[in-house]
Amino acid sequence: MADTDLTHEGASLTRFARAVGKTAVTLLITFVGLLAVTFFISRVVPTDPVLSILGERATQAQIDQTRRELGLDRPLFTQFGIYVWDALHGDLGTSIRTKKPVLEEIGRYFPATLELSTLATIIGMLIGIPAGILAATKPGSVLDQVVRLVGLMGYSMPVFWLGLMGLLIFYGQLGWVGGPGRLDAAFDMMMQFQLISYSGMILVDTALNGRWDMFANAVSHIILPAALLGYLSMAYISRMTRSFMMNELGQEYITTARVKGMSESRVVWVHALKNVMVPLITVVALSYSFLLEGAVLTETIFAWPGLGRYITDALLVADMPAVLGGTIVVGAVYIGINMFSDLLYRLADPRAT
Amino acid sequence: MTLSDWLRDPNPASRLQSRMAQSYLSWLRFKRNPLAMVGLFITLALVAMAIFAPLLAPYDPITQTLSQRLQPPLTQGHWMGTDDFGRDIWSRILYGSRITLYIVLLVILTAPVAGLIIGTVAGYFGGWVDQVLMRITDIFLAFPKLILALALVAVLGPGMVNAVLAIALTSWPPYARVARAETLTVRKSDYIAAVKLQGAGPLRVIWGHIMPMCLPSVIIRVTLDMAGVILTAAGLGFLGLGVQPPQPEWGLMISAGRKFLFEQWWVATMPGLAIFVVSLGFNLLGDGLRDVLDPRSAGK
Amino acid sequence: MTLLSVRNLRVTFDTETGPVQAVRGVSFDLGRERLGIVGESGSGKTMTGRSVLRLIRPPGRIEADAMTFDGIDIANASEARMRGLRGTRMAMVMQDPKYSLNPVMKIGAQLMEGLRQRDHAGRAEAHAKAVAALEAVQIRDPDRVMQAYPHELSGGMGQRVMMAMMLIPGPDLLIADEPTSALDVTVQAEVLSILDRLVRDRGMGLIFISHDLRLVARFCDRVLVMYKGRVVEEIAARDLLRARHPYTQGLLNCLPRIGGSRGPLPGLDRDADWAR
Repeated sequence: MADTDLTHEGASLTRFARAVGKTAVTLLITFVGLLAVTFFISRVVPTDPVLSILGERATQAQIDQTRRELGLDRPLFTQFGIYVWDALHGDLGTSIRTKKPVLEEIGRYFPATLELSTLATIIGMLIGIPAGILAATKPGSVLDQVVRLVGLMGYSMPVFWLGLMGLLIFYGQLGWVGGPGRLDAAFDMMMQFQLISYSGMILVDTALNGRWDMFANAVSHIILPAALLGYLSMAYISRMTRSFMMNELGQEYITTARVKGMSESRVVWVHALKNVMVPLITVVALSYSFLLEGAVLTETIFAWPGLGRYITDALLVADMPAVLGGTIVVGAVYIGINMFSDLLYRLADPRAT
Repeated sequence: MTLSDWLRDPNPASRLQSRMAQSYLSWLRFKRNPLAMVGLFITLALVAMAIFAPLLAPYDPITQTLSQRLQPPLTQGHWMGTDDFGRDIWSRILYGSRITLYIVLLVILTAPVAGLIIGTVAGYFGGWVDQVLMRITDIFLAFPKLILALALVAVLGPGMVNAVLAIALTSWPPYARVARAETLTVRKSDYIAAVKLQGAGPLRVIWGHIMPMCLPSVIIRVTLDMAGVILTAAGLGFLGLGVQPPQPEWGLMISAGRKFLFEQWWVATMPGLAIFVVSLGFNLLGDGLRDVLDPRSAGK
Repeated sequence: MTLLSVRNLRVTFDTETGPVQAVRGVSFDLGRERLGIVGESGSGKTMTGRSVLRLIRPPGRIEADAMTFDGIDIANASEARMRGLRGTRMAMVMQDPKYSLNPVMKIGAQLMEGLRQRDHAGRAEAHAKAVAALEAVQIRDPDRVMQAYPHELSGGMGQRVMMAMMLIPGPDLLIADEPTSALDVTVQAEVLSILDRLVRDRGMGLIFISHDLRLVARFCDRVLVMYKGRVVEEIAARDLLRARHPYTQGLLNCLPRIGGSRGPLPGLDRDADWAR
């Protein structure tokens, strides 16, 4: 009998190495592409970067010297090369407004955004995945319609408007949550002097320091923006989960499991879910990157000192290096998350090579 | 024979009749979906609002009447209230619908078309043309759309045209992807070979034969994207990067209303409701169209 | 002794354009013998098979005057009761193992699942039984197959795994829904001979669903010919060439014969009366 047609999948290690290698190369190429776009944008700026640094009363000699320092007298190609080289070494330029390196400033603002996005995604997953699965098992039911409609509404709301409405109702009218900012002003001062900063994320730091009063205060401030962003995340995740699940439940192997006498809950939560896990990883990663984007808009409303706020503040004063530096960081994280989820997908699915 | 019978004739006599019959049957299926009909209604209402704004609006959207500032909703003559310059919010929303519609139309006319062209060319010619075009597409796909649009507009300066340009530049990649996938499927068909054997050049093959096959998928994507375009445009407006005041762009109106959020909540709430309803309408319409045009995803 | 008895089985689907009847009044009895059900696509043969196991979900509905399995009323039995019967006393093998096996679970896990979940067997015991089942379908390296994923197996091996999986608990009734239609002709023969042996050794009742009339005639004792949801002929396999219904005769005439005339094969003229 033909036993020899059991194909070999090859050593797991080579497969792993190949997948990682491919991802790393694509990541690099895409990142350079991103840099090309931002480089192009920075050169299209109508205002002369030199003048915006030196002011309008600079002498010609000063202008020439700064020009040479910034490398603006070299050919475009060389400029791009230097740009990429600098970026890969962490030099994203200097902020015109504060005269400090952009990357360093971003480093201070980034954890706030990270904390918010992570919490929102967790909320989105915890509610969205079960909701999507349950809706898929009872298509056409009331539950299904509600899940779909609630999800659809989340898709259709402008995130900044939702934030304003949330603030209006839950803070302004009901007083259930803390207002804008990460902490009450009093705690804010305390945080700078009394807390050992581990991660820059307040929930983590206050817990590690054992300061539960500050922890509670931080929770009251983060809960509203996280819940609202979590709602948006849930809308997307539940929609995709439902779609994937419905697809799986129509497959033949589900019938096989039922023929074996397996309970319906096992069929759904073991057989179908295992097949849906992997694409869901991609969905969760994607939703995380959407939230990073939405951060730009929501942070202004909640006075959240994160990367989005940094970019929009820089925008208002035409601090182009800061804007572009922020764009590069968000872009890099975005690309990184997508590549990472792609990699996970390839590693986790036994059918993918 | 009545029109309805003619459309349902199982043996159509001409291509026109057959095509119309198909559309009619699709319309019947579409009609059966109540949510999709709601979406269609909202979309049509938007178009009607935009066209008839001057007739429907009780006040001029730009003229300031400072004696009437910050009137609450259901004040006489101002059912949605007034903003901090005394302008009637309902009139501003009506005129704002024109801006919204204008932006959506401009984006729809540019991004999918560009994506379609790039995708079909890449799929048809293959080889290094395909590789290069797809690398570029992938790079643009990998960017966060809003951030990139933001950076672009920041550089080019605020204004509607720049906003549209920025949104379009970040929206075309998915269309290129979809078009390329369809082209690859169709490229090897016998009828394409037949047309080529008759002497058709690449331009004619792509334009006349391949692109029409890609249209349904592209149309579906367009309807699903429209809501996103509205939201992005509103986001840019909110940040002050789109249409400039005193134009009644909805995102801009929300931003202006922020100052008064807690006391005069209607200034920020009403335009947001408008955005929400329109966006929801497009989403429902898109979902409904997809159920009808793409039977594979029906019921999802 | 009648294992399965079906009287006036009807399967209806409630679609957007109105109810569609896939099976319209099918009746038959099955003892510990082999019954073949033959028909084209859309004849309702697959639906009949699935109705016996009550696997049809809304918008489909199963109705019957009577459906009994070994004395048990399966037409009205509760879902819990059916679940108890499925897998233990009634089993089904489907067409394509690429789709009918869970792609992200190892073969071993799928084989042992029934034993461990349903029968609460221990790990070692389940493993031993799974390996034995694989050997019974003539898979020579069962330990390696246990660790493999379905996409790594060829079609023939996959079907053998499927059969092993279904026969582990020792059911009385097996429904084979186009078990060889997705296989190459050479592999078909191997798989069929294994099926033949297993059914004979265990004394099971078999319902063999196929579109291949000749195959069914060779493999089964009796044949039901279905057309548009109805049974148009019920005949012993050895009497097939003397079939009386024009549809069956038409099907037979469509098959080319070695040594037969070289003229063009007749097409099948369908008479609307047959659907009545």
